[in-house]
Amino acid sequence: MNGLNWTDTDTWIVVVGFLAAAACGLPGCYLVLRRMSLMGDAISHAVLPGLAIAFLVTGSRASWPMFLGAAVVGVLTAVFTQWIEKIGRVEATASLGIVFTSLFALGLILLRMTADAVDLDPDCVLYGAIELTPLDTIALWGWDVPRAAVVNGSMLLVNAAFIVVFYKELKISSFDPQLATTVGVSASFMHYALMGLIAATVVAAFESVGSILVIAMIVVPGAVGHLLTDRLSIMLLISVVVAALSAALGHLGAIALPPLIPGGEFIDTSTAGMMAVAAGALLVLAVAAGPRYGVVSRWIGRLRLSLRVAEQDILAMLWRTEEWSGGAQTSLNRKHIMEALALGPWSSWAVLTGLARRALVRQDAAGFSLTRAGRDQARDLVRTHRLWETYLARYLHVPIDQLHLSAERLEHATDERLQKALSEKIGSPRLDPQGKQIPPARD
Amino acid sequence: MASSARTSEHSANAPLSIHDMTVAYHRRPVLWDIDFDAPQARLIGIVGPNGAGKSTLIKAALDLVPRVSGVVSIYGKPYRQQRRLVGYVPQRESVDWDFPVNARDVVTMGRYGQIGWCRPVTRRHRAAAMEALDRVGMADYARRQISQLSGGQQQRVFLARALAQEAELYLMDEPFAGVDAATEQAIMAILEDLKHAGKTVLVVHHDLQTVSDYFDWLILLNMRIVDAGPTADVFTHDNLHKTYGGKLTLLSEAADLIAKQR
Amino acid sequence: MMTILAIADHGLQWPDAEQFLRVLLMRDYNTRVVVLGVSVLGLAAGVVGTFMLLRRQALLSDAVSHATLPGIGLAFMLMAAWGGDGRTLGGLLLGAALFGVLAIFCVIGLTRYTRLKDDTALAIVLSVLFGLGIAFLGLIQNMQEGNAAGLSQFIYGKAASMLAVEANTIFVSACVIALVCTLLFKEFTLVCFDQGFAATQGWPVGWLDLVLMVMVVGVTVVGLQAVGLILVVAMLIIPPAAARFWTDHLSRMALIAGGLGAVSGYLGATLSGLMTNLPTGPVIVLTATFMFGVSLLLGWRRGVIRRVAAHVRLVRRVGMQHLLRAMYELRESGDDPIRIGRLMMKRSWSIRRLKRLLKRAQRCGHVQAVSDQSVRLTEQGLAAAATVVRNHRLWEIYLITHADIAPSHVDRDADAIEHVLGAELVERLERTLAVEPSRAPPSPHPLAGAAS
Repeated sequence: MNGLNWTDTDTWIVVVGFLAAAACGLPGCYLVLRRMSLMGDAISHAVLPGLAIAFLVTGSRASWPMFLGAAVVGVLTAVFTQWIEKIGRVEATASLGIVFTSLFALGLILLRMTADAVDLDPDCVLYGAIELTPLDTIALWGWDVPRAAVVNGSMLLVNAAFIVVFYKELKISSFDPQLATTVGVSASFMHYALMGLIAATVVAAFESVGSILVIAMIVVPGAVGHLLTDRLSIMLLISVVVAALSAALGHLGAIALPPLIPGGEFIDTSTAGMMAVAAGALLVLAVAAGPRYGVVSRWIGRLRLSLRVAEQDILAMLWRTEEWSGGAQTSLNRKHIMEALALGPWSSWAVLTGLARRALVRQDAAGFSLTRAGRDQARDLVRTHRLWETYLARYLHVPIDQLHLSAERLEHATDERLQKALSEKIGSPRLDPQGKQIPPARD
Repeated sequence: MASSARTSEHSANAPLSIHDMTVAYHRRPVLWDIDFDAPQARLIGIVGPNGAGKSTLIKAALDLVPRVSGVVSIYGKPYRQQRRLVGYVPQRESVDWDFPVNARDVVTMGRYGQIGWCRPVTRRHRAAAMEALDRVGMADYARRQISQLSGGQQQRVFLARALAQEAELYLMDEPFAGVDAATEQAIMAILEDLKHAGKTVLVVHHDLQTVSDYFDWLILLNMRIVDAGPTADVFTHDNLHKTYGGKLTLLSEAADLIAKQR
Repeated sequence: MMTILAIADHGLQWPDAEQFLRVLLMRDYNTRVVVLGVSVLGLAAGVVGTFMLLRRQALLSDAVSHATLPGIGLAFMLMAAWGGDGRTLGGLLLGAALFGVLAIFCVIGLTRYTRLKDDTALAIVLSVLFGLGIAFLGLIQNMQEGNAAGLSQFIYGKAASMLAVEANTIFVSACVIALVCTLLFKEFTLVCFDQGFAATQGWPVGWLDLVLMVMVVGVTVVGLQAVGLILVVAMLIIPPAAARFWTDHLSRMALIAGGLGAVSGYLGATLSGLMTNLPTGPVIVLTATFMFGVSLLLGWRRGVIRRVAAHVRLVRRVGMQHLLRAMYELRESGDDPIRIGRLMMKRSWSIRRLKRLLKRAQRCGHVQAVSDQSVRLTEQGLAAAATVVRNHRLWEIYLITHADIAPSHVDRDADAIEHVLGAELVERLERTLAVEPSRAPPSPHPLAGAAS
């Protein structure tokens, strides 16, 4: 790699990024599920006045008062929002907006008042300085470990412990707060506990990674998890993996991508910013390629469905042709099939090749005809079709000329069990409403 | 294939003509092959169990939910060209009643189409709105903020808004839901007036007891049209059993399977 | 650079009287333009924000404003790469606007095509695009023309050091936005209130939505310079939310919101012009917040004080009516004077609450004390009680005859509804039931506590 040199410092940056992101991502999953994602946004902006006041009161940049001040304001954000929503009857997101912008404005003014004395810089709050975290180390069991790694690591442990201990309670109060209260789990206690935890996590994280990355890390890992799975425990796991990947990819992107930009004047860029971008890229990936809810998989599913429908239509068509000609084996050429079923050249080729490969049709000079296995399947399809026609005519009074189209739509979705229920429902008749024979079921 | 033959069955100038309409939510079909003509100057009830797709029928006819297939025409022309002729009364829950407008403002909205782009509301249109409010007996409440009205009064305001449109065909989504008996009678009286003035009114309705009193035409709906026609012919025990008897479990199972297909 | 006032490096400084007057009366051309520009911006933001608040999409502008940062950064780099001046305002604002629109499409796309809800979509778009912006700023610092300092003013705003040209841009764009909102007021109202109905009337709902969103992007982009991208969202939310407390009328709400926005803009611009180093954006926001607080308490329509007062009045009226009815019913069953112990049994009153009620009734002249332990209705009290009991029983009968509710269920229902029963309805009940006016009909169900 052209000139990329990875040092211990880089490793520590990634580790700190991962610890902060995972600490944010775990409680963030619950925010995503509770439709409170913007709370992370609000709290991370609103801690600013807490920092400023803590500084004004104590006059020092010591960690603990700052931590405390920020955490208190973080919880207050949740409380004020609820008040304005309840007392003023202002819509929830709007009251959130009112509270956090006001607090942020207050914080900026307070910071300006202290600006003479100290380098408390709002920029630092926004972007953080993750690149500098490996410089500030403390000794831990004889190792020099960055302080930020210790702080965020402990926050990650606290969050993980909280989630493990209160797993059931969190789950039920996120899913149905009223039910939670009736079974003895105080939903409002869980709410404020979660808010307190988020506030503490935000405060622990943003010093090293900045508040914007904090917002991204609260929401994006949970959102990716939500896109990929329906199970809460797996969603939590995925969020941790996303946190790790975006920390690593983000830092790599920050130091490896800029030199590739033509012009040659770029060396590196903000790691925090690139971590957010990496998380965003992972989300785009999940949106596109997620196995169940992804756009691509849905598109593939739709394509496969249409191929399957065409496949079944061809089989049934061949069977009906045989029926007309009194049971003699008949062949249809490809052009005829394409025209009758309005298939394109590509799809008719794909479908017929697929059918031939599975030995359901065979191709000879005259065209395509059914094999024995194909005939069995085709008969089943026609049976379903004619059973539906009978059902629709008998119970829904569908006029005879509309029967075919309606039954067509239903037959492709009908499985064996439904076919059986259908046949029982209409008493296994021999003829359909148009007087055609309903082929018997396979044994 | 047979579609040309079927189209000819549709009368050219029916107030509302729906042809071969299928509607799906999230790929699960909720209405299958709806096909009917509404006759002129009738009070038409749309009746069926919960989840039968009654509201969806109206919304799909009005292009509010996408159709999978089908054609809707109003007096023989596509709906898009005939919007002026259609008055719509949505369900009461469809709007935010905390919205800062009063009853008269809401009714005036029925005139916006006639006022046109960027023009302010003039006195003439306010007068028309007041007239419509008066017709539904709400003139005294014109200045009330809409959240201060009772459920029945809110429904009347919605009705007045449709009246202010001066349409020919009215589609109403559960106008009697959550409404007291007095309001129900008042609304019915207005609907009768509309009918006598030659307008056609389609009403989504859920109370079977009042069906034969209220409507002279009926559509029995359960994902498909079970039967449609003059109330006297259609409102039979047999038909009701078909509509409500849960006999369509197979059809809805098939719908589930279609939704799951990928 | 012509600035309103020379800016000292640090700390707040109070202005002297002469400076004070100069700024307040807008004697300088530059001051005048800046203050006017920011005020008109506040007005436009208030009006646009009103619609966004009513559409329950107040925080969409938050995503838009954060998303402008990568637009600004990219525009800077492109303009610099093509040999131009990276700081050309028009180019930067264009980049910001394009990314603002992109953010809106991202939010809409995420909510429509994935299972993510709108709050999550907003938070994702906001943070990821802002992260991208920070990454661009990081790149710009590598450039020789570099020095991103000029760009970070977009994050916090810099009204005080704004050039006349920039202020003019704000003024003109804000005027255009306000004009569009006035012209399309009717259409926006309809789309915000009832989309389905608007669509059936043939209004192009999607396009109107888009125009509204473009207005939001416009306010946000123009506001970047004045208040900065984090706080511009406040100008779109706080004044409309405050205005809602004062009126139930949309056009008035938009006017009040615009007015509050303009006042916040004016105060923010002048104060930060006066007090060196006081940042404009935060002052504007805190002014708006202060007015929000005042509105929350004092608003005529939905203010807290008014609502609490109305509630207290209702509770008192209901309490008094309960007392009068209880006494009337006891009197009917032969208790006169009425022992307080009997009254307590009649309803689940605590002794303290009953004593308080009785004291108030005595002050009104409805009740007189006979002894320590017994009371009696006065002439006036008897008349008042008869009206209350009459309303109550009329309603009961109405419910029984008209709504097929079993008589045993009536009492509780009637209790709740009776107190909101207006004179008009009572008249109608009387007509319906043909009951002789002003005489209490007999109770249709056996009275609780009167059996003995």
